Order: sequence, then C-alpha cells, then structure tokens
Amino acid sequence: MRYAVQAEGLVKHYGETRALDGVDLVVPEGRLLGVLGPNGAGKTTAVRILATLLRPDGGRASVGGFDIVREAHKVRSLIGLTGQYAAVDEALTGVENLVMIGRLLGMPRAGARARAKELLERFDLTEAGGRAAKTYSGGMRRRLDLAASLVGHPQVLFLDEPTTGLDPRSRTELWGVVRGLMTEGVTVLLTTQYLQEADELADDIVVFDHGRVIASGTSDELKATTGAQVLQVRPLSGEHIGMVADVIADVIGTRPDVTGGLATVNVKDARVVPAIVRRLDDLGVVASELTLRKSSLDEVFLALTGHRAVEDPSADETKEKEGVSA
Amino acid sequence: MTTLTAAAPRPAVPGRVGPAAALRHTMTLAWRSLVQIKHNPMELLDLSVQPVMFLLLFTYVFGGAISGSTTDYLQFSLPGLIVQNMLFATLTTAIGLSTDITKGVFDRLRSLPIARSAPLAGRIVADTLKQVWAFALFLGLGAVLGFRVHMGVTGVLGALLLLVAFALAMSWLSVLIGLTASEPEKVQIIAFSVMMPLTFTSNAFVPTDTLPEWLQRWVEVNPVTHLADAVRGLLSGGPVAGNATVSLLWGLGIALVFAPLSLRAFRLRA
Repeated sequence: MRYAVQAEGLVKHYGETRALDGVDLVVPEGRLLGVLGPNGAGKTTAVRILATLLRPDGGRASVGGFDIVREAHKVRSLIGLTGQYAAVDEALTGVENLVMIGRLLGMPRAGARARAKELLERFDLTEAGGRAAKTYSGGMRRRLDLAASLVGHPQVLFLDEPTTGLDPRSRTELWGVVRGLMTEGVTVLLTTQYLQEADELADDIVVFDHGRVIASGTSDELKATTGAQVLQVRPLSGEHIGMVADVIADVIGTRPDVTGGLATVNVKDARVVPAIVRRLDDLGVVASELTLRKSSLDEVFLALTGHRAVEDPSADETKEKEGVSA
Repeated sequence: MTTLTAAAPRPAVPGRVGPAAALRHTMTLAWRSLVQIKHNPMELLDLSVQPVMFLLLFTYVFGGAISGSTTDYLQFSLPGLIVQNMLFATLTTAIGLSTDITKGVFDRLRSLPIARSAPLAGRIVADTLKQVWAFALFLGLGAVLGFRVHMGVTGVLGALLLLVAFALAMSWLSVLIGLTASEPEKVQIIAFSVMMPLTFTSNAFVPTDTLPEWLQRWVEVNPVTHLADAVRGLLSGGPVAGNATVSLLWGLGIALVFAPLSLRAFRLRA
C-alpha cells in the first residue's frame, strides 16, 4: 500500500506541555484518515506540522514521499490546507481570493480566473463571487476556504476541523463536498471533535488524547475494540427499573447503569438477550424499549479515554439512528 | 527513509523559489493589498482622513498661536505633518500582518509553495505605495491652502525618497509589532503610545526654542526632528545634508536592531 502521509514519533513541546508526545500515523493514498480527539489533544499541532507550518521537535514525517522539514517546499506544492478558522481575505471578493492563490501558484491570469470560476461553481458560490468575503455567511466562508485550498489540485488535503461552528445543514453540505473529493482520489486527513463526522467520512480513524494516538482502526474495528455491544432496556413502568437491573445483573454478571428509567449495559454475547427477555416476561415486566446495538464511537471514546469527546447534540442523533431493536 | 519508498513517484517539483518567481509572488500579494481599494474607495479615504484632518486642524487651530499667521505656520508645519503621517502609516504593515495572522490568511500563504519572504515583502510594497499617495495628498492639499514648494521637482523627489527610505527602515519595527501583537487592536494601542510622544517631542509642530531646556536636548536627538528639518530643506529650501544624514543613520540603526528581531519572530512563526 502506498502512503500519502507518514509520520513517525512526532514530538512537539510548548514549554512544559507536550502538545505531541510521539505520534505515528499513516494515510494510504486516496483514503480519508479521521483524526479524532477533544480540544487540546494535539490534532491541530499535528496538522500544522504535516502542512509544514510548524517544525517538529522530534520524529519525522513525509507527505507524498517528501520530507516535511528538508523538502518543505515540495510538500507545499502537493498539499491543500483548510484550517479551523476560515482563512480567506475578507476584504477581497470570492473571485479575487481564488485568483490570488492561482497566481501565487504560477497560473497565468486567464488560467487563474478560469479555475476560480470553476471552483466557485462547484461550491455554489458563483453568485456571491463578486462580493467581498466579509459579506459571506459562515458556511459560505468555509466553502470559499475549502475552494482556496483546492486551487492547485492538491493530492493531499488537510482539513482541520472543517465543520466546527457550522450549522447542521452546512455541515452535511461540506461532508458531501469531501465525499466528492474522495471519488477523485484525493487523500484527506481530517481532524474533528465530532464522532459522527469521523464515522460518516473516515476510512480509518486515529484517536488522539493528550498528544498521543490511543487507538486506531476503522470505525467498525474501533467499535469492536471495546468488545461490546450495548443493551438498553426501559420498562414501561418506571417502578420496574430495579427489577430490570436485578435481572440483567443476574444474567450477565454486571450491574447496568440506570439513568432516567433506562438500564444500559455492555454485553459481549448477544445470546444473553433472549434470556433476559424471558426472565422479564416471567416477572411480568413489559419493556417499552429494548435495544441491542454496536457501541457508538462516543462510547468507544469514553471507554478509551475515560472522558467524553465533546458535548455534541448531533452525536446523540446518531445514537438514536443506530439503535436497532433486538 | 526506506519506509518511504512505497510513496508514488511524483512529477519533478522545484525545491526552491527563484528570484523571478519570488518577485512575482511579492507583486501578487502587493496587488492583493491594493485591489481592496478598488471595491472600497472609502479605504483610500481612510488613508487620507487623518492627514487631511491634521493638516486643517494644525494650520487653522495652532497656526495663529504658534506662528502668528496660518500661512507661515503651514510652511513650517507641513513637513512635520508629512513626517508624522509617514510614521503612523508604517503601522499599516503591522495591522495588516496581525490581521492576516489572526484570520489564518498568513498560515494559508505559508502553506503555499511560494517565496517565504513574499507575504512580508508584498505587504511592504503595497504600504510603500500608500505612503507615496499620502505624500502626494499632503503636497496637493498643502498647495491649495498656501504651502509653497521652493525647491522644484528635485526637492520633492528627494523628500519622497528620504521619507520612503526611513519608512522602509521603520517597517522592520512594524513587522515585529505585527508578528508579536496578539491582535490588530493592540497594534493601534502601541501606535498611539509610541508614535504620539515620538512625533510630538520633536520640532515637527513647534520650534525647538519654545520648549523647556531638558526637552530640547531630546528634541535635538529625535530622528523626527532631523527628518522634519531635512524635508523642510528639500521642499522650502535650507540646509539638508546634515539632517538627511542623521535621519538615514537613525533609519539604518533602526533597521539593524529590528530586522534581526523581526526575522527571528518570523522564523519562530514558521
């Protein structure tokens, strides 16, 4: 397998803090790696190092086969970068922002204009193209920012929290754009705090915490690492929750978490479910909700790090959607 | 790097930026700073409001009190106002850089395969052109109000060259402020707290001998005094060489101190 991005043992300190504490990661060509982690986990530092904006204090990395320190200029000619803040010149129009990048990349004037027009069309910004970027909405700015990082047909794209602060609709739109790029064979490294985002887009995921990679694999592999499916039971009558907890504890040997009339427990073997149902039936307990599903990435994250990634309302939506009645 | 041999072969990419490309990058980024004026002509007015306001206020408010006649005072103060405005305008570079850094534009530019110096150089080229505009505006408006240039085109060009040279030296300080200020608003505060005292403790607006003796000693050293006197000489006639030399030496000193500091700050950002 060919790797578009390879990093070994990246270290970066800021004074006493180790922003990166020996990070290894690879992104195979044409794949999307999701870098998942809470604020301050070192995601942005890793992107800035790989995009040649920051020198690592230790370790080494290459992009497209070029060393990020010794061959930084060559790396820059292969990459596109979209940061956490929309990096467009607000005083310039959409067209001018893109033409500027095109000209800087050595395109002739007409070529730069044609490329700007093409990208504005693709990102649904044609009408706004003649207006100063400061008049754009957050979503439009982010799209222009992404367009700017695509002017030079990058082979490797770094997206640093591209949807942070966007409303759900703009977020979904941006996901569509990223999927489109994937079909063109662009390699993407995307950082996110949103578990749902990693789940939706990423081929592979690495989980960062405190400057280290604490887990990696596909979304399914990660969900399987905690070895568990999640069983949730809600009795019709709230008074029965104690009995439900007793039955579950008795059958699988672990007491479930009980919150708001809902008993939740990790189960390793799906065959316990019929046993629990039978026992509840014998006791005359009717379940209004009974689900067995794979752990969500959110739960995986919690299991791996001992803390939640981020309070994200859309992550809860996913959970519900993923819930499969047993 | 044996582990990297699996990477795909890439088309040959130049490993460096040649001087011609570096110049082109600088010009593109200078264009970027100037093209905004096209959509927003108010920006040109923003650049000009302060000079015009100062010119009118100083001439008509202080003129009579200081020189007994507004026309006499204008002849004395216009060069001082030009110098003051030039110094304040050097901070445009700092504000622009600081804005680029906080908005992330600076990072975007640095992630492109362009000359490392271009983001700085492009800004400085554009800001120098703005200096030329402000100089022309002062002379034009001054002429309307009664300022007379006695030394002809050579004098005007000489004054412009001297001012631009000093402004370029000062832009190293400006770059340092721009790279280290945490936000553009801080630059304004620095501008006021450094540039106001610096320009007012000179002979830009009042003759030195009206000042208390202890202040006179500083005024005679202040580069603003020498610059203002050199510009007076170049526009209205009078001694030039000595003051111009002292001004340029000051400029050289400022550049020698702040260029390394700025470049260090620039590299730390990189």
